[in-house]
Amino acid sequence: MSEQAIDLKKRRFITSATSVVGAVGVGFVAWPFLSTWMPSARAKSASAPVDINISKLENGQLVRVLWRKKPVWVFKRDKTTIANLNTMNSMLSDPNSDETSQQPTYAKNAYRSINPNIAVIIGICTHLGCSPTYRPEIGAADLGGDLWKGGFYCPCHGSKFDLAGRVFSGVPAPTNLIIPPYHFVSDSLIRIGIGPKAS
Amino acid sequence: MNNNKNWIDQRFPLTKVWNEHLAEYYTPRNFNFWYFFGSLAILVLVMQIVTGIFLTMHFKADEANAFASVEYIMRDVDWGWLIRYMHSTGASAFFIVIYLHMYRALLYGSYKTPRELIWIIGMVLYIVLMAEAFMGYVLPWGQMSYWGAQVIISLFGSVPFIGPDLLIWILGDYVVGDPALNRFFSLHVIALPLILVILVFLHIVALHTVGSNNPDGIEIKKNKDKKGIPKDGIPFHPYYSVKDIVGVVVFLMIFSAVVFFSPTLNGYFLENANFVEANPLKTPDHIAPLWYLTPFYSVLRAIPPMFGSQFPGVMGMFSSLLILLALPWLDRSKVKSIRYRSYPYKIALGIFVVSFIYLGYLGMQPVTPTNVFLARVFTVAYFGFFILMPWFTSIGKTKTEPKRITG
Repeated sequence: MSEQAIDLKKRRFITSATSVVGAVGVGFVAWPFLSTWMPSARAKSASAPVDINISKLENGQLVRVLWRKKPVWVFKRDKTTIANLNTMNSMLSDPNSDETSQQPTYAKNAYRSINPNIAVIIGICTHLGCSPTYRPEIGAADLGGDLWKGGFYCPCHGSKFDLAGRVFSGVPAPTNLIIPPYHFVSDSLIRIGIGPKAS
Repeated sequence: MNNNKNWIDQRFPLTKVWNEHLAEYYTPRNFNFWYFFGSLAILVLVMQIVTGIFLTMHFKADEANAFASVEYIMRDVDWGWLIRYMHSTGASAFFIVIYLHMYRALLYGSYKTPRELIWIIGMVLYIVLMAEAFMGYVLPWGQMSYWGAQVIISLFGSVPFIGPDLLIWILGDYVVGDPALNRFFSLHVIALPLILVILVFLHIVALHTVGSNNPDGIEIKKNKDKKGIPKDGIPFHPYYSVKDIVGVVVFLMIFSAVVFFSPTLNGYFLENANFVEANPLKTPDHIAPLWYLTPFYSVLRAIPPMFGSQFPGVMGMFSSLLILLALPWLDRSKVKSIRYRSYPYKIALGIFVVSFIYLGYLGMQPVTPTNVFLARVFTVAYFGFFILMPWFTSIGKTKTEPKRITG
């Protein structure tokens, strides 16, 4: 052995081969550890639909329900509110709800709802996940005075949305609020989590 | 006694380590006020680990019980309130000490050759410390914990292409909830403290290899006596160990005053909204991160969304942190210490400090058009300090550095 010259080339090959195989091994072992961070089977299954009775909902009143641990707003819009929604377009980023990922197709209309009177919206700001505040009063001085026709204001970063959950232009939030899948089981009962049968 | 010492020294380099790092570790003789904060940072780290160990004995990392278990520590556990307030005040104290420690490096050019690695290890420490503090703040599961976590984790959701999947991976669920709380607990209690301790060790090893900088910014190793001892050096122990004890005493006086008389410091050290249990239905009217994160939070809010994405703001926030890593190479000045720097540098440093503090202030304030405008101005000034640094450190007249330490 001592008489042979050291073959550096061979040695380098063996060193790099060992390193590569070792790195692949580390990668394989890392996978199960990293996978434990994915939602568990229990978390995945906890997504049952939620029912809400709206028979006692007054005009302008907003109730919050938890669906998939997210706040969902259900509120009733009166005639003035609905009329005002049609005057907002110039101030909005996406007035026609062209961003298809933000609502089911049956809610792609000026009111972003199945029934114009009843709004169902996920109350999570599309910016960084805060829950915006309900500010229905028309002409609120701190939110733009006469131009404010009621809507939602996010206290975290100042994003504004109208009463159909459409985002104002020039605010941090990039897209409209998300409309969850829902349908009317009867006139007074909404089921959140499942869309109408037709779709 | 001597026999015992010999017995150990033959098996473990006890005397050698003691001499190399304390009794015969030569440090410049002109350390001033600004040199207290390194040893204070170690003190706070130890305090956080000890109080943390005892809090872990009573805390429950569970969505349903976390808030109540913190209240239990505060009310039912003997002296629990003290340990909890020491830990929460310790978090803010840590950042005060670290910010002053970093400002010292800016004042005296401690990041310049040959101390680049000390600076880089220190910056990584600082970033890990921010993650540690953020995760710790989530654990009591108050309103601020919950919504703060919601906002900070959502930042990762804005990464192009992989964002939404990354978000779910971090949360282990589709919303902030039990899995996130549990893994943050694990990271806060084990993973990150371990990394912190290792990084502190590396920080000190690197420091003791090149030796400390000093307020004159000159190398004491250039002037050695016949024995090879720097003429302007004194042994760390007992000279600076004794000096540091004075710093420790003053620090503990101020620290205790906060712990005993104003542990929440009017909402600056513990926000009022965090004394309300997390409620996924309602965001508090005003949310802001704790004071030590607000400068970077301001940068995030100052940058408007572009191309329908929040990502540029997130990039801005992270680059405002990471740009600090490049500091040793951006500074072209021939001298280190502020004492001999040119006027352009002094003015730029002044503007930078004002911008950083004002960004921190704005990060606690609600969003108004004026505040957004100011945040943008100061964000530009903040980045300007780094981007223009190669220019303003190479112009202007610097003073001549002394050959020996001046006193």
